[in-house]
Amino acid sequence: MAFSTAGQNPASFRGTSAGLRLVLVALLCLTLMVLDHQNQHLVSLRKNLSLMVQPLIFLVSTPSRIGSGVSDSFTTRNTLKQENRDLNRRMLVMSAQLQQLAILKTENARLRALLDSTAKLDDRVLVAEIVAVDMNPFRQSILINKGSRDGVKVGAALIDAEGIIGQITRDQGIAAEALLITDLDHALPVEVLRNRLRTIANGTGSGDKLSLPFLPRNADIREGDMLVTSGLGGTFPAGYPVGTIAAIRSAPGQPFLEIEAAPAAQLNRVREVLVVLQEEQREPAAEATATVIDESMESSVPADETAPIDEPTPETGSTDSTSSEGGTD
Amino acid sequence: MAREVRYWPAVVCLIVAALLEVLPLPDVLATWRPPFAAIAIIYWTVMWPNRISVGTAFLVGLFLDLLHGSLLGENALSLSIVCYLAFRFHLRIRIFPLWQMSLTVFALLAVNAFLQLWIDGVAGAPPAGVDRWTQVLAGALLWPILMGVMDRIRELTEPRSRSINY
Repeated sequence: MAFSTAGQNPASFRGTSAGLRLVLVALLCLTLMVLDHQNQHLVSLRKNLSLMVQPLIFLVSTPSRIGSGVSDSFTTRNTLKQENRDLNRRMLVMSAQLQQLAILKTENARLRALLDSTAKLDDRVLVAEIVAVDMNPFRQSILINKGSRDGVKVGAALIDAEGIIGQITRDQGIAAEALLITDLDHALPVEVLRNRLRTIANGTGSGDKLSLPFLPRNADIREGDMLVTSGLGGTFPAGYPVGTIAAIRSAPGQPFLEIEAAPAAQLNRVREVLVVLQEEQREPAAEATATVIDESMESSVPADETAPIDEPTPETGSTDSTSSEGGTD
Repeated sequence: MAREVRYWPAVVCLIVAALLEVLPLPDVLATWRPPFAAIAIIYWTVMWPNRISVGTAFLVGLFLDLLHGSLLGENALSLSIVCYLAFRFHLRIRIFPLWQMSLTVFALLAVNAFLQLWIDGVAGAPPAGVDRWTQVLAGALLWPILMGVMDRIRELTEPRSRSINY
């Protein structure tokens, strides 16, 4: 009914023809894409545009926020009591474990000072909430409600109660985008907790799997081994749990094992995350050596890049030989 | 002759469509989430070709890129091209029977998906799985419903007396 036609009323089609417009717009798009892909040129433009979009994102995430609010206010008294009891019990266990922590920490710092090695940093964390929007459906990414205004930096690690979740890839001022460790593009330097065997854990694109493609067939690794971050590469702080080895396959004729790991963090279920703010507060025991090493690492490693992929092969060999020596003792 | 031209129904539709693309859905539904923004662009280009142009599609695409966190210009380029194609064929698409319209929409959405696949490939992003194609299929299947909804909006907001001009 209410059609209006372009062809019959050329005067109404202002300015240029559609084809010319398309060419202009396409050129603009290509320029934008190239600049954005180079990653540094459009950061501030993108940040400002994202800031303008924030109210709409808030609007989109409203239904699920209301939903969770409603379900929160309708929990029964029994559930709450049960939860309270569980939490109390967990707190008791944890505070019992915590009693030892202070003394262990000082002991650790003293031993490290004796060994002349760098002291571990005391990481400061910031609690952030995941904004309920579906980001790019083909990537494993999330949006959190804290940005550079709260001190979040690009490259900061994201953890939950169980382990590493991902890292901040783009800052939006009052929000930030983060890439999960399971994204296909993500690689994370890890080590096996049992024998400090170092390697790289790659994302697989599915939310519950990591792959470790660079371990040789004779590597000392078993199912159930715990993986922690190694701190190499400088993006992730050392010593946070990453996952456990779920399956090891050695295909005949292949030089490397096919290893799958299950992430420790509940990547699909978390609602609150902790952003690790590095390099802020140092433990008093952290001496000048630590400062030097840290600064050199941070300046040399690009923020959104993890360690180069072909790095670990020589290291795994050496770790292997030491571990076999340990076995003969 | 100087008649006022209304834009806002289309603008509101396009913004809502873009927001629907990031509305949190359970995984199963998200696999079948139609590309709302592309569908809205196709509809409004076909219906109002002299109000909705390639430039509008570009802006909607940029908006979508910001929402998705994808490469700035990726959706903008693919939506602009889809909009141009829809504009070239808008007279034909209007008189198609519904099933043929759905087929055309399927083709246009496939063009959209191919362009994004190509841009992702050039930019070095990991290849998406089968999701991209289930979404195209969902879009074509849901076209009659979405078109009905947008038809209603258009008819309710367009004053009848001055609307018939073809």
